[in-house]
Amino acid sequence: MIFDLIIIGAGPAGITAAVYAARKKMDLMVVTKDIGGQAAWSGDIENYTGYQFITGPDLAAKFEQHMRQFNISVKEGEEVIEEEKIDDLVYVKTNKDNYQAKTLIIASGKRSRELNVPGEKEFKNKGLTYCATCDGPLFLGKEVAVIGGGNSALDAALQLLKIARHIYLINNSPRLGGDAVMREKVETAKSVTVLNNTQVIEVLGKRMVEAIKIKGQYQEKTIPVEGVFVEIGLIPNSDFAQGVEKNQFGEIKVNCRNETNISGVFAAGDVTDVPEKQIIIAAGEGAKASLSAFRYLAYSKT
Amino acid sequence: MAKQVKVYSTPTCPYCIRAKQFLKENNISFEDVDVSLDSQAAEEMVEKSGQMGVPVLDIDGEIIVGFDKERIKEALGLV
Repeated sequence: MIFDLIIIGAGPAGITAAVYAARKKMDLMVVTKDIGGQAAWSGDIENYTGYQFITGPDLAAKFEQHMRQFNISVKEGEEVIEEEKIDDLVYVKTNKDNYQAKTLIIASGKRSRELNVPGEKEFKNKGLTYCATCDGPLFLGKEVAVIGGGNSALDAALQLLKIARHIYLINNSPRLGGDAVMREKVETAKSVTVLNNTQVIEVLGKRMVEAIKIKGQYQEKTIPVEGVFVEIGLIPNSDFAQGVEKNQFGEIKVNCRNETNISGVFAAGDVTDVPEKQIIIAAGEGAKASLSAFRYLAYSKT
Repeated sequence: MAKQVKVYSTPTCPYCIRAKQFLKENNISFEDVDVSLDSQAAEEMVEKSGQMGVPVLDIDGEIIVGFDKERIKEALGLV
């Protein structure tokens, strides 16, 4: 079977692309690791037009419902390993199967950047987590560390204010970044200690996390914590896309029609070099990519 | 006989929501334990699974960490 379109990813961009393609009666398939993408991990969302307030999981559920309304084949839990365009077809290889299509939309989003320090892998889910929204409540009354100094770190610290006994915010730059409103809340909170110019060099423990080793400007120190929340930014899921052009951050380069340097291969959302990573922008880009793919098919011979 | 199913979760975790959705779709009744409200249950979950990530499913004593659809299906005998 040769599809008209394969969409990689089912976050706001991929799902919107799928809805548009389904309405254009394209034969399509969605291949994705998960549904909802980063939107599903977000806390409160107050800037998606039409919803004055909605939580990330709720908005993601609405997105999914919208997509499932159409008869679309969705391969959930599949990871794309390789993607290649040969002659007029795109070949997509996943950890489970191989697929072919006339066009491709890459909407695979971004994932959390890792610390790359000893102990990180060992203690993942054993006190170390990349999702404060999910796992935060398990650290009731405990001492924790949030690693990072941008908006996502501030957001995690604020979510943990009501839960943890004490929060160390470990920031490797001279001062905190992020929005002033959030920064002030964090800086004035009694239960938060901000450590600037400080890096985490090791996560320590036996069965679970017990401490982190940090390095400031002058000395190394071990502080006892039971939770470590890693919030040091995001990296694009673009490793599998070998032929397409990317920028220095690994984001896929697209033009205003969501075309990559390879004809028939489009990209949308956070995985691209389009500025401003927002749910509503990703959704809009997904719609554009789908319409571009539709136009491409209409103009190609077969 | 129906299997005893317990889901340890937090209200904000998307995979917890998906896991519970999956059980409902398959008409599996389960006990929903919110570990954000019940710290004793949270400890029980850590004890059983040896880790702190949610969700954790206890299906007749078989412990499954995360929304692992294939393993859940297998444990429930849905395959």
